Amino acid sequence: MCSILGIVNASGKLFSASSIIEGITLMNERCNGLGGGFAAYGLYPEYKEYYALHILLKDFEQKDRVEEMLKEHVDIYKDEEIETRNVQGISQDYLPWRFFVDVPERYAHDADNYIIDLSMKINDTGNALVISSGKNMGVFKAIGYPDQVAKLYKLEKYEAYMWLAHGRYPTNTRGWWGGAHPFSILDCSIVHNGEITSYGTNRRFLELYGYKCSYFTDSEVLAYLWDLLVRRHKLPIDVASEVLAPPFWEQIERMPGEKRRIIEALRITYGPAMVNGPFGIVIANSTGLTGVAGNGTMVGLSDRIKLRPLVCAQKDDYTFMASEESAIKAVCKNPDIVWAPGAGKPTVATVTGDV
Amino acid sequence: MYSSVPEFRVLIDKQRCRLCKRCIENCSFGALEWRGDKVKAFDDRCVACLRCVSMCPEDAITLRRTPSDVSAHPVWTENARRDVFTQSRTGAILLASTGNELHESIIFDHLLLDACQVTNPAIDPLREPIELRTYIGRKPRSVEFEAIGDSIKLKTELSPALRLDIPIMIAQMSYGAISLEAHEALARAAVMRGTTMGSGEGGLHKNLYPYSDHIIVQVASGRFGVHPAYLEAGAAVEIKIGQGAKPGIGGHLPGTKITDEISEARMIPIGADAISPAPHHDIYSIEDLAQLVNSLKEATRYKKPVLVKIAAVHNVAAISSGICRAGADAIVIDGFRAGTGATPKVIRDNVGIPIELAIAVVDQRLREEGIRRETSLIASGTIRNSGDVAKAIALGADAVKIGTAALIALGCTVCKRCYTGKCAWGIATQDPKLRSRLDPADGAQRVSNLLLAWSIELKEILGAAGINSIESLRGNRDRLRGYGLDHTTLEILGVQHAGS
Amino acid sequence: MRIVANYKHYKELNEEVVQAIKNGAAQLTLEDVNGQRFIADCLKGKLKIDIYGTPGNDLGMFMDGPTVTVFGNAQDGVGNTMSSGKIIIHGDGRDIVGHSMRGGKIFVRGDVGYRVGIHMKTYKSNVPIIVAGGRAGDFLGEYMAGGIIIILGMHNTAKKTEILGDWVATGQHGGAIYVRGEVDDSKLGNGAAQFPMTADDEMTVKKVLTEYCRVFGLGLDSVFETDFTKIAPVSHRPYAALYTCE
Repeated sequence: MCSILGIVNASGKLFSASSIIEGITLMNERCNGLGGGFAAYGLYPEYKEYYALHILLKDFEQKDRVEEMLKEHVDIYKDEEIETRNVQGISQDYLPWRFFVDVPERYAHDADNYIIDLSMKINDTGNALVISSGKNMGVFKAIGYPDQVAKLYKLEKYEAYMWLAHGRYPTNTRGWWGGAHPFSILDCSIVHNGEITSYGTNRRFLELYGYKCSYFTDSEVLAYLWDLLVRRHKLPIDVASEVLAPPFWEQIERMPGEKRRIIEALRITYGPAMVNGPFGIVIANSTGLTGVAGNGTMVGLSDRIKLRPLVCAQKDDYTFMASEESAIKAVCKNPDIVWAPGAGKPTVATVTGDV
Repeated sequence: MYSSVPEFRVLIDKQRCRLCKRCIENCSFGALEWRGDKVKAFDDRCVACLRCVSMCPEDAITLRRTPSDVSAHPVWTENARRDVFTQSRTGAILLASTGNELHESIIFDHLLLDACQVTNPAIDPLREPIELRTYIGRKPRSVEFEAIGDSIKLKTELSPALRLDIPIMIAQMSYGAISLEAHEALARAAVMRGTTMGSGEGGLHKNLYPYSDHIIVQVASGRFGVHPAYLEAGAAVEIKIGQGAKPGIGGHLPGTKITDEISEARMIPIGADAISPAPHHDIYSIEDLAQLVNSLKEATRYKKPVLVKIAAVHNVAAISSGICRAGADAIVIDGFRAGTGATPKVIRDNVGIPIELAIAVVDQRLREEGIRRETSLIASGTIRNSGDVAKAIALGADAVKIGTAALIALGCTVCKRCYTGKCAWGIATQDPKLRSRLDPADGAQRVSNLLLAWSIELKEILGAAGINSIESLRGNRDRLRGYGLDHTTLEILGVQHAGS
Repeated sequence: MRIVANYKHYKELNEEVVQAIKNGAAQLTLEDVNGQRFIADCLKGKLKIDIYGTPGNDLGMFMDGPTVTVFGNAQDGVGNTMSSGKIIIHGDGRDIVGHSMRGGKIFVRGDVGYRVGIHMKTYKSNVPIIVAGGRAGDFLGEYMAGGIIIILGMHNTAKKTEILGDWVATGQHGGAIYVRGEVDDSKLGNGAAQFPMTADDEMTVKKVLTEYCRVFGLGLDSVFETDFTKIAPVSHRPYAALYTCE
């Protein structure tokens, strides 16, 4: 059991962290203090040309080592400690650092994959954790309740046009900073409620495409699957959702011709990418839909037999996606519309405004 | 002579016996004869097929195993001594049926499945849908679309695949090794449960053609009955390189079994020996296999998957990689416990490796080479129950094949005398009188029942593990634990020990 | 009596409710409720509780008698294992409304979620009843062993077209589901089938809906403009042939 919440402004208007903090805190009942985290999009407008690497380090000495490693691969434009404060109940296991980096000219044609490979390389060292690596976005996470984590990272200082939040109740891995959500690959972040039963199948499928799963947690696998399907294979979001949470064969049999052919092909090809077991997820990335321009997309999705809750709401140009309606009501008393999306049916909100 | 000491003793209760002679009619091994006023048993001819026991209306017959105890020796077991005696008497290769009898330890029995408690829910298979549908064949790397206005159209073309409603197929057993009635029963069961059966290497009797979209036609080294109509009829074509019960060994169906109907199906003269060479004489290396795969694809106009079956031998991973790269849409791996109608006992008991290890290493090897999606893996060789099916799939198989289990469903009592052709249950025989004992419709129903029961149990296993589709169990070794397996075995299986 | 829930933890809020009842309050109004769980949990007797806001999960769990009215939407698990009483929701209900419910009534004005009425059962004179004015998600009345579910599919707020999800009444072995309008057989799960409405069925539905319409101020005639479909179990022992032994 975990709590998830996402808020996005379709016009790209920046808003403070207060609402995401308030909303996620209302669901503290769903977590146990062993992990909290946030992802924010639109954080670094003045550095938006650079990949912003948020890295959790053991100490300053290790920071130097990571910096050396980075220098071998990328140009560091700027780096600084991610400001934190002491919060009662949170032990500062890590030193969070941010690097704004650029990919050398000769790798520029495949810069995104280059950054992903670099992040996985750093994670592989086992001592430093790249917790996000997209442009103009960042992930903040630690052990603690989400509100404590927000305090730790002084989130009140940040503004973003799209926020994700997570409160963790760890099940299959211990509570540690690296295991907290959101999980992120490049600019794609995911918060997840549930425990997937297909982890081994999914992980081994991802390995076929060059992904290394180093966090041993199902949420990491979800982030990579989304990256594979949406960024690399360029599947439209509703199609990618049908890979993660496909219709049942008996439902497929009732579909009209071309639709049926498509879903059959998806299930045959991506069978091992199907995510089994209970999940409710909110995914964010800083691009538009496949084939549609945009500065961000937020997708809410639950498993195909709806074993985890997900409620969505809209108010003007804001869209909310949460484990519980009350989390939305905590920050938006009178939404224009509140609804519970169908099992396996994605709810999509796109940022069309400038950011 | 020691070797004539009977293995079984037939006891007939004289109080109960009403002298109806039904047992005598039923014994195809000549172990019972009428002597004036009573049924006399010749124990040394009894193979414990249990036909007489089942047919006796008075339950008057009891079989006892090994009535004469031999002096015990841990190395010179009774079997070891018996084999030496037999060979010293005849100077011939020991013939055996069924599967490996030497290795009792079965890895499947040391693998434990997982279930959900609290952190995620078990799914109730009786109420909620759980899917077993399986596609056998090459899968594309990705699916591509083209946009047409607001809608999308599929651009990727899928390779031909076998669509199975359940991940359990019926293995290749030839007409000749088994009776036409058994062949037909298996084919009908495959149709009933939405799966396939294998023609075996003996061609296809015309009575089987109506079921041919559920039959995988085999092309073996003897090429018996392989002709255009045969290739066109099958749902898929399977090249048999070897089988688990006799890796590297050819086959020999004696001319005495080549009846006119078998002659027609195999396209060889009546009474002539049907010899399957040990290798295909057009395959002396891997590139030759590619040639045969491609010629079969060409012959079937690229509409049917081509499978390649091999015995699990030591180097099975590298061999499978080569087979995959030769274009096989699926690889059937037959473990060293697999059954057969006839094989040299020394080969059966001593050659090959267990299917559990074979599947694990092949799956892993193909993944490491990034070609796992290009072929399906089918595991066979002692799949005894739905637990074995689930474990084989979790280790990495796409589906399994069953042979012996299907024959047991038809009535086989595992008396291990298939090679005699005297099967009292009408299965491994061509004797019209014995064949008439097996009703294809009834047999089909029993095999179908077995497949149904295992399917329901598989759903229970999946549901308990919180999985509602078989593809999420496939290769999911995280949901297995070993129990009492050594470190090396666990490492090869890619499975953790229970408790970790 | 009025209690403002505001941001109180559910323990604090529910304690106040329990104390108020101990002090003789029979009518309570809870305001600014948002996400507090277990409201009216295990409460007994003739109480009236009005809730403004969005109560949290397991509203009215184990409840035996009170009438709870929600002016808003409810979250998951409304009326979980409840024995008797009434829960009225002026908005939507979410997943597992009436899970294992044994008696009482749950009236929802809008939509309900997945697995509504799952394993609800009848015991002696207790017949649980769920009515939803909107649509219902998949697995409606799963393992249903008794009671009545009525789905009206009327004021549909969620832009959905179909009244029912898939696998309706799968594993049903008791009780009845009445759906306003026609139902495609492909919607039904194993164990359930459509049956013609009998005079008794008509009477039952009319009686329940008369009360339902009164509660929400709806016109009964407009509800009956469309015919109802009855879904009931094929057998009380659907799994009799499932197991075997030697």
